[in-house]
Amino acid sequence: MTTTEKQRTHGMNMGALNRDAGSSELKLSRETSCISVKDMSLYYGESQALKNISMEIPKNRVTAFIGPSGCGKSTLLRSFNRMNDLIDGVTIKGEVNIDNQNIYDRKVDVADLRRRVGMVFQKPNPFPKSIYENVAYGLRIQGINNRRILDESVEWALRSAAIWDETKDRLHESALGMSGGQQQRLVIARTIAVKPEILLLDEPASALDPISTLKIEELIHDLKDRFSIVIVTHNMQQAARVSDFTAFMYLGEMVEYDNTDTLFTNPAKKQTEDYITGRYG
Amino acid sequence: MKIDQEAHTSHISQKFNEELEEIRSQLLEMGGLVEKQVQDAVDSLVDGDTRLASEVRKTDKTVNQLQLEIDEVCTHILARRQPAASDLRLVLAVIRATSDLERIGDEASKIAKATLRLAEEGTSPRGYIEARHLGNHVRQMVKDALNAFARFDTPQALAVLREDDKVDLEYRSATRALITFMMEDPRSISQVMNIMWVLRSLERVGDHASNLAEYVIYLVEGEDVRYTKPDKIEQVLQHDDEEDQKGSST
Repeated sequence: MTTTEKQRTHGMNMGALNRDAGSSELKLSRETSCISVKDMSLYYGESQALKNISMEIPKNRVTAFIGPSGCGKSTLLRSFNRMNDLIDGVTIKGEVNIDNQNIYDRKVDVADLRRRVGMVFQKPNPFPKSIYENVAYGLRIQGINNRRILDESVEWALRSAAIWDETKDRLHESALGMSGGQQQRLVIARTIAVKPEILLLDEPASALDPISTLKIEELIHDLKDRFSIVIVTHNMQQAARVSDFTAFMYLGEMVEYDNTDTLFTNPAKKQTEDYITGRYG
Repeated sequence: MKIDQEAHTSHISQKFNEELEEIRSQLLEMGGLVEKQVQDAVDSLVDGDTRLASEVRKTDKTVNQLQLEIDEVCTHILARRQPAASDLRLVLAVIRATSDLERIGDEASKIAKATLRLAEEGTSPRGYIEARHLGNHVRQMVKDALNAFARFDTPQALAVLREDDKVDLEYRSATRALITFMMEDPRSISQVMNIMWVLRSLERVGDHASNLAEYVIYLVEGEDVRYTKPDKIEQVLQHDDEEDQKGSST
């Protein structure tokens, strides 16, 4: 490492120097980016929900957004696949680039964007159809009706979502008969069946019991080799457990964005420290 | 981010504030006890006071008990609160510090044992002045390290780290003098060796005090400065402060 590089990456930092022995520390500057947000602001009517956000979301990593209610973390997450388009009075300035293309460009096909950037919500929302048809839904919409391809894809998606063993004997039963935790993993299977590049998870485990939550977290860990994952969570311990990088947001601003270990042991900003340690801000 | 003394009193959970305050004050209590143990051990040696030496050895049990109690509270905090950032660093620093304090207590106990042995075998013809001097030096280090802990005072912690080099130097020159003396007067070897062990214990006390100072820096600054020379540490902390100032001005 050259001297300038050292200075840039806070290499004078002795903690980092001590940790360099293992050299496993993640650094944002060393990551390949999959979403690049540039000076993005978002308004709901008159009120500004996101203020000049600029950040790089790394590829094949788990990035967590934390912050108090109303800080804009879900808004930011939803802006990555233009879910905010569905809300009246939303104005967006700045850019969100995926594969060097601004997704807010007029030319962008939103349906295609949402195939590439899948999303899972807080409450499991399976369709009132069979387990099989839930997972096959996205593929059918794409016009795939070949039974063999569908069978393979459904099995692949269910296996990837770690729910194959629980569902393989009841594929044609209604998805609504499953438990909440199973439904949420089914929804994840449905989302990944169309092979998105990016997976957005909006509080994916907040309605689940601790065991189902751990299964989802384990799943996130397994999936990050194949997808880039962005997760919004109220549960800070969850962010600490599952993510590689964490962004702390407050009142629409990105206060601090760093590797998760650093953010949870030695945050740079007082606001972050106060939030993650449960202090009066 | 650098923190101050008030950092652990502003949680939304009042109970959590109390728990953190508890481990902090218990640690300082343990520290006070250990510091007195070192003082008494050296006094007992120099004055040949066997009663005081027995007291020192008795105190060791209390110190051990305190370590167990503090560690237990720390374990509960980790399990129930999952502390983060400076809270996590406080709990880790306290756990580490109790183990060093307990070891200082052990060294004091060894010195007291030497007092008892010398009382039986006859006093050493040399070495008491050196032991007194080195004893005062390391006791002050322990005291300063504890004060630095109480006040979250990084400069004082750094000063303690710098003292350790001086202690090592003093220890080497004292042992060299005693070795020369033993070579000249081999009959005194058995007694003088007792003092040699005492000096060794005191030097170890200095090392443990330095460890305490390192934990203070970790707690306050978030930098793990173990195995690092004081000059380098100072340089790094200065750099961090500049970064902090840059961060807060933008």
